[in-house]
Amino acid sequence: MSKQLQYKLVLLGESAVGKSSLVLRFVKDQFDDYRESTIGAAFLTQTVTLDDGTAVKFEIWDTAGQERYKVSTSLSAPMYYRNANCAVVVYDITQAASLEKARNWIRELQRQADPSIVIALCGNKSDLAARRQVTQEEAQKYAEEEGLMWTETSAKTGEGVTDIFTAIAKKLPTTAPPATRGGVRAAGPAGRAGVDLNKQAANASGDSCNC
Amino acid sequence: MDEEYDYIVLGTGLTECILSGLLSVEGKKVLHMDRNDYYGGDSASLNLTQLYRKFRGDQAAPSELGRDRDYAVDLVPKFIIASGELTKILVHTKVTDYLEFKQIAGSYVFRDGKISKVPSNEMEAVRSPLMGLFEKRRAKKFFEFLQGWKDEDPATHQGINLDRDSMKTVYEKFGLEPGTQDFIGHAMALYLDDDYITKSARPTYERIVLYTSSMARYGKSPYIYPLYGLGELPQAFARLSAVYGGTYMLDKPVDEIVTDADGKFVGVRSGPEVAKAKAVLGDPSYFGAGSGDGGKVRVVEEGKVIRAICVLKHPIPGTEDADSAQIIIPQNQVGRKNDIYIAIVSSTHNVCAKDVYIAIVSTIVETDRPEMEIAPGLQLLGQIYEKFVTVSPLYTPTSDGKADNIFITRSYDATSHFETVVEDVQDVWQRVIGSPLVLKKREDPEVQ
Repeated sequence: MSKQLQYKLVLLGESAVGKSSLVLRFVKDQFDDYRESTIGAAFLTQTVTLDDGTAVKFEIWDTAGQERYKVSTSLSAPMYYRNANCAVVVYDITQAASLEKARNWIRELQRQADPSIVIALCGNKSDLAARRQVTQEEAQKYAEEEGLMWTETSAKTGEGVTDIFTAIAKKLPTTAPPATRGGVRAAGPAGRAGVDLNKQAANASGDSCNC
Repeated sequence: MDEEYDYIVLGTGLTECILSGLLSVEGKKVLHMDRNDYYGGDSASLNLTQLYRKFRGDQAAPSELGRDRDYAVDLVPKFIIASGELTKILVHTKVTDYLEFKQIAGSYVFRDGKISKVPSNEMEAVRSPLMGLFEKRRAKKFFEFLQGWKDEDPATHQGINLDRDSMKTVYEKFGLEPGTQDFIGHAMALYLDDDYITKSARPTYERIVLYTSSMARYGKSPYIYPLYGLGELPQAFARLSAVYGGTYMLDKPVDEIVTDADGKFVGVRSGPEVAKAKAVLGDPSYFGAGSGDGGKVRVVEEGKVIRAICVLKHPIPGTEDADSAQIIIPQNQVGRKNDIYIAIVSSTHNVCAKDVYIAIVSTIVETDRPEMEIAPGLQLLGQIYEKFVTVSPLYTPTSDGKADNIFITRSYDATSHFETVVEDVQDVWQRVIGSPLVLKKREDPEVQ
């Protein structure tokens, strides 16, 4: 039987760089030019199958627009990046300022997230290369200095999208993450001595504690 | 932000976040603002840096306390009572998707100078050191009476009318001693003072049933607690709101509540921008509480709560090294009008480094020397490594908001759990929407 691994992936980046579009392309292979902003989903999931047959399932957390109007660059909702195994930090290659924002997010992740987090820097909108403000050299150099994965993508054409998620999947540990990390809900409380409110609600007589 | 919304919500405390989450799920267009750059307002959990910045100004956290990000120290000491209304909201809105819970390991009561486990049913009552042999028999009969009560079956009433008779009458019927009444009324019904005794027995009965049914759910105590601290709760509801289209602006100063000539709400001004909405909801700090910077004062102080956040390097003596606990010191035991509460959590709940314990001692202030008032609680803790004390006024709105569309929530009170927070949510909802809050099962837009 081939292995099944599950990881939590968070998306960060300035407003309108195409975070949600990137996910929509990856998860549903769709693109909508007029998507306004993030729509309602707690998180999306998509599975990548590696060459050795290992299935890596991503639980993808979009910011749901919560960071859209932020003035400061600190991560205001620790819940969002907590236990994240990987982060995709997105900038828009036609907006130099969006790379600056991305750098801030990465600094915050390095400061506050789990030290083992895999961070990928992703220059989106590569289909708009004619209006490029961020050179590949500049972004790549920064990524190398910080030890990040880096690529350019186009959520519109699909270029590079699957590749970056597959590359992340390959870089993640191939052993199942401990129960307290990643795969937050799928692992379920059974694996971690917690209490399951949903189960209890359905079962008024109550279970004994599983500690 | 120069847009028009259905509702603007000010402050990201738990009360406000539940409201914005529920309003967003209803399809309302919500703008949620907070002057801070973090979620949670007065119900936030702070990391070490934030904690020391709040209480110690420039003084940095001592390095021996460990890593900053291992800490999530609650500002308000509360637990979730397992069978309570907050649990229902958590389940119905499915914000449980974002949260994990653990039990609080024990519930204790202070009596005659030492602490004992609170018995929660007739079996435990029989074993409890809190009562003598004959009192145990009487307590057993009392618990059997409560457990057997059926409204529709007069045979179970034993001559008691829960609505007409006072709790005093019930205690007297079973001949319970004052010390037993103390732990029943304070450690199980969780009353902060003795006013309940002369009132109708029904609410006390319901509170004891809530306690015992919560206790029965997970076994160790009636309480559960979210991993990473209470600050996770507002974050989870804020995410619910955002997922349903709510707009979030943190780190956003609120400079003015704009009203028309009749005093009715028009919008909220931040710098030169004005966001407009049909109504505004928010915590007291945005409506003149404390300082004059909120413009018109629309809240009034009802009392004060003192809370001492204590960092310990050992478990609480007498709790069998419990990783978490509640200890209640009934007012009669220490000659007060209001109980003293101690809430303890530790690294088991991912709120501090290993071998560190966070205990919050709190009570309603009765004198002008509040720190002296919590001394009996502090004495139970053993050596205290660090102590952060706040005295917080409890604010309540001066009007129901229906006339001016300004709906204000209440400060977090001194009770040990969130039931009064949910009551406030239900009350504000009724005032804003005009009908009672009905929880609908959330249709999950999630794509699998």
